[in-house]
Amino acid sequence: MSTPHGLYQLSQLDTLEAEAIFIMREVVAEFEKPVLLFSGGKDSIVMLHVAAKAFHPARVPFPVLHVDTGHNFAEVLDYRDRRVSELGVNLVVAKVQDAIDAGTVVQPPDGTRNRIQTPVLLDALEKGGYSAIFGGARRDEDKARAKERIYSFRDEFGQWDPKNQRPELWSVYNGKVHPGETIRVFPLSNWTELDIWHYIRREEIELPSIYYAHDRDVVDRNGMLFAVNEFITAKEGEQVKTMRVRYRTVGDASLTAAVESDADTIDKVVDEVATTRITERGATRGDDKFSEAAMEDRKREGYF
Amino acid sequence: MDILRFATAGSVDDGKSTLIGRLLYDSKTVFEDQIDAVERVSKERGDENVNLALLTDGLRAEREQGITIDVAYRYFASPKRKFIIADTPGHIQYTRNMVTGASTADLALILVDARKGLVEQSRRHAFLATLLQVPHLVLVVNKMDLVDFSQEVFNNIHEEFTAFATKLRVRDLEVIPVSALRGDNVVDRSEHMPWYDGPSLLHHLEHVHVASDRNLIDARFPVQYVVRPISDEYHDYRGYAGQIAGGVLKKGDDVMVLPSGFTSRIASVEVAGKEVDQAFPPMSVTIRLEDEIDISRGDMICRPHNQPTVTQDIDAMICWMDETATFQVGKKYAIKHTTRMARTIAKDLQYRLDVNTLHRDEEATSLALNEIGRVRLRTTVPLLCDDYGQNRTTGGFVLIDEGTNRTVAAGMIHNQ
Repeated sequence: MSTPHGLYQLSQLDTLEAEAIFIMREVVAEFEKPVLLFSGGKDSIVMLHVAAKAFHPARVPFPVLHVDTGHNFAEVLDYRDRRVSELGVNLVVAKVQDAIDAGTVVQPPDGTRNRIQTPVLLDALEKGGYSAIFGGARRDEDKARAKERIYSFRDEFGQWDPKNQRPELWSVYNGKVHPGETIRVFPLSNWTELDIWHYIRREEIELPSIYYAHDRDVVDRNGMLFAVNEFITAKEGEQVKTMRVRYRTVGDASLTAAVESDADTIDKVVDEVATTRITERGATRGDDKFSEAAMEDRKREGYF
Repeated sequence: MDILRFATAGSVDDGKSTLIGRLLYDSKTVFEDQIDAVERVSKERGDENVNLALLTDGLRAEREQGITIDVAYRYFASPKRKFIIADTPGHIQYTRNMVTGASTADLALILVDARKGLVEQSRRHAFLATLLQVPHLVLVVNKMDLVDFSQEVFNNIHEEFTAFATKLRVRDLEVIPVSALRGDNVVDRSEHMPWYDGPSLLHHLEHVHVASDRNLIDARFPVQYVVRPISDEYHDYRGYAGQIAGGVLKKGDDVMVLPSGFTSRIASVEVAGKEVDQAFPPMSVTIRLEDEIDISRGDMICRPHNQPTVTQDIDAMICWMDETATFQVGKKYAIKHTTRMARTIAKDLQYRLDVNTLHRDEEATSLALNEIGRVRLRTTVPLLCDDYGQNRTTGGFVLIDEGTNRTVAAGMIHNQ
């Protein structure tokens, strides 16, 4: 058989999608109770979209879990509820506020809830009896993620141990665990931020509107633009400005910053992402700036 | 735009991190905040120049121990291709990491220091790349600036390595002189080496043809999952989901299902409900057959006149990857091969291979971490397999310790 150049060649998006579909099917075939972590961010939205394709015409055969810090963008919650009802999937919400009320976690004095998400997540996973947990993390996001497996083994405390990872060869994944141990599964490991956006454009995936440029009242805090809302008010000396912004990542509304942007369509966003010179976490996340190993430390505690 | 996956091997001293940093930097994959961080750290450490190697610096656990623990995956793109780098450390646990990185690689990039020439490690890396059947090999002769861009130095290394590669039956080899530090022949052709008329490294990575490296002849479709919607609309729907491991399958093809041996014809090949004209590796598809036959996960759909080997007796090269236990004849393991999980008993260790000298030790009785050996296994159920040289997906497997659940070995099947 002759194979001239170009024939039987899969584009990068098709290759990445095929890999993600394979991983998701593998998990569903081998684990009794998988669950998909859904934040309403673009990566988890893409992951859910791929899941729908992987099992079509059957429904997505696992629930989605949202760890709700209570600091939400209204647009994101609307989107979440609409999307799960379209797909007919079961939504489980684990509320950080409930855990604070029950006294199982303590609200830090600075009001942030990023760090206390982890025990709430671990508690929800244990209660649900979930043995495999899909996350939308990508390896290009952070150097701790760059070294994490697609099937990331976690001990009974949900902890990641970078020195004790299972070798991962070809597309043969080892999902064997003892009771209490779990596997975090990252089907989008090999995607970059730009791949995600190209895929959103190709598949015409709807996103929460805050991903596109809009006018918003913001304060500039150490070079990051935070929306003024019920969680963030201007401190003394800070000036509230109305600016044209969009969000590059969507997380806790008290920690996630917007970027100045005129990109109000998918094409403009793709162009912007292709030419931007700042990483998305660097531009928008207060939580990863604390130390050089912030992500590594949080993963060791059981974070995604 | 397609994807090229490549594995890099070499030690810190060879300038591997600098080379990768250079590729990322020159392809504008490195962001300003990353550069800022690197500049800050360089300054704190008192480095004279901004240390590009810090771009690929790893975990706190690694910095504390001053070693690289694990394979790191990195990404960059040029207008022609997306690249996935499996960056494997050269020293500690080198074999396990290199084998892991090479298992998915289209191309292996081996670095040598022009001043030192080939060292034991270069030969070892080349051997491991061929053991894992990485189709393309590139020897990067780095630090050419430190040998005055000497053609003679380069030619000597080139000749010596080519002779070695011929013994290993390397299918495609390119040898490129570079200076990662100064950027010569990394992205652009160097002005300092007019005697070199080959491509720059990036140019080669962009143009090496990989689509036909996959086996497009022998149709292999390991069934991964059976899609059976519980709905009135799709009451009779039954789709076999999986990723094409070899060959091309399309509607109307006569097929056989193994191990049952039942035959049928493909009714449709679908991706998320949309019919596609044909499916080839590595597409993930759902296949429907004209007849209702009993098929489950672990079965294989192939062509009636082109079947894989169906056997419970496996001859294989394995690389032992576990530090807590050794490979022992007589011990039972779990084996995962394509989508099939089975049990296996180790029947024989024929020899242990010295990866540096290629000497075969037939007296060996066990394999420890990073050791490679030829073994014979007997499985509880037949595996539907091919020679690893014919198909890396249907020829590769892992062994799992049944007590600890750790992945303890990677195997490459070499049945007659």
